[in-house]
Amino acid sequence: MTQGVQVVGLYVRDQDEALAFYAGKLGFRVHMDVKNGDFRWLTVQHPDQPSFQLGLFVPGPPVLDAATAQTVRAMVAKGAMPPLVLVVDDCRAACDRMRAQGVEFTQEPVDRYGTVDAGFRDPSGNGWKMLQARR
Amino acid sequence: MSEGATGQDPELLRRLLRAKDRMDAASHEHWPVRRLARVSRVSEAHFARSFRQAFGVPPHRYLLTRRIERASALLRDTDLPVTEIAFQTGWGSLGTFGRIFRDVTGDSPGAIRARSRAAAQELGPVPTCHVSAAQRPDLTIAVSEKRRRVARRYKSTRGTKEMP
Repeated sequence: MTQGVQVVGLYVRDQDEALAFYAGKLGFRVHMDVKNGDFRWLTVQHPDQPSFQLGLFVPGPPVLDAATAQTVRAMVAKGAMPPLVLVVDDCRAACDRMRAQGVEFTQEPVDRYGTVDAGFRDPSGNGWKMLQARR
Repeated sequence: MSEGATGQDPELLRRLLRAKDRMDAASHEHWPVRRLARVSRVSEAHFARSFRQAFGVPPHRYLLTRRIERASALLRDTDLPVTEIAFQTGWGSLGTFGRIFRDVTGDSPGAIRARSRAAAQELGPVPTCHVSAAQRPDLTIAVSEKRRRVARRYKSTRGTKEMP
């Protein structure tokens, strides 16, 4: 692939906590972790999807002023950020595995429309839908 | 910082979100403020006010919108009788369900069932939870207030007709 979406960023409340979640509990790998002063460019990738990076960013200076950053932190904590969807081979197995890691589920796996879906949140409040791939 | 729209502590908001998530996951259950406050680890007095400030509606009205949303989905996607849907979505009686449903959506469960089935075909590939959320009733005023307003409109229309 030479063209397409490469990075989509999420706002998180703490990058170390987010890294422990996405890498430690969800099985993502660190793609880039670069610091420049207070700014830290942190991206992770799904092991099956090396061409796409998920950015884990903290809202704050120098990119955002303090008041804007506070608004963004509140939005993330209220679960007001846009939907995220993770596709897995086996939703129930993934659920069990993640729950054992302490992942906060917002919806138990449900069979519907020929597939299975569940819902979980990252520690910051970003909400994920977990869909079982249709076969 | 003042407690404006964005002034609430994100740590508190994250805990309030947990209470909202719990209502989402089990909207058919009973959710008294005491139970919600415990989920959010705040006092009962603090909870209702903080929730409303954070999410724009009081917790019980939020619960109502989720129940109506779920009932609408069941009306659209299943052949369950309306009575069964009323009980599955947390109402104690069919009468209360029908009345609140009509107050919120402006239509009866049966009419919504017929209409949404005709419209459902077009949304096929969108993840169902997002379709469902998009069809959540936007209940910005209390149900009782909505009922009063409809009644007032009705009265004033009749009043006008009777005027010479």
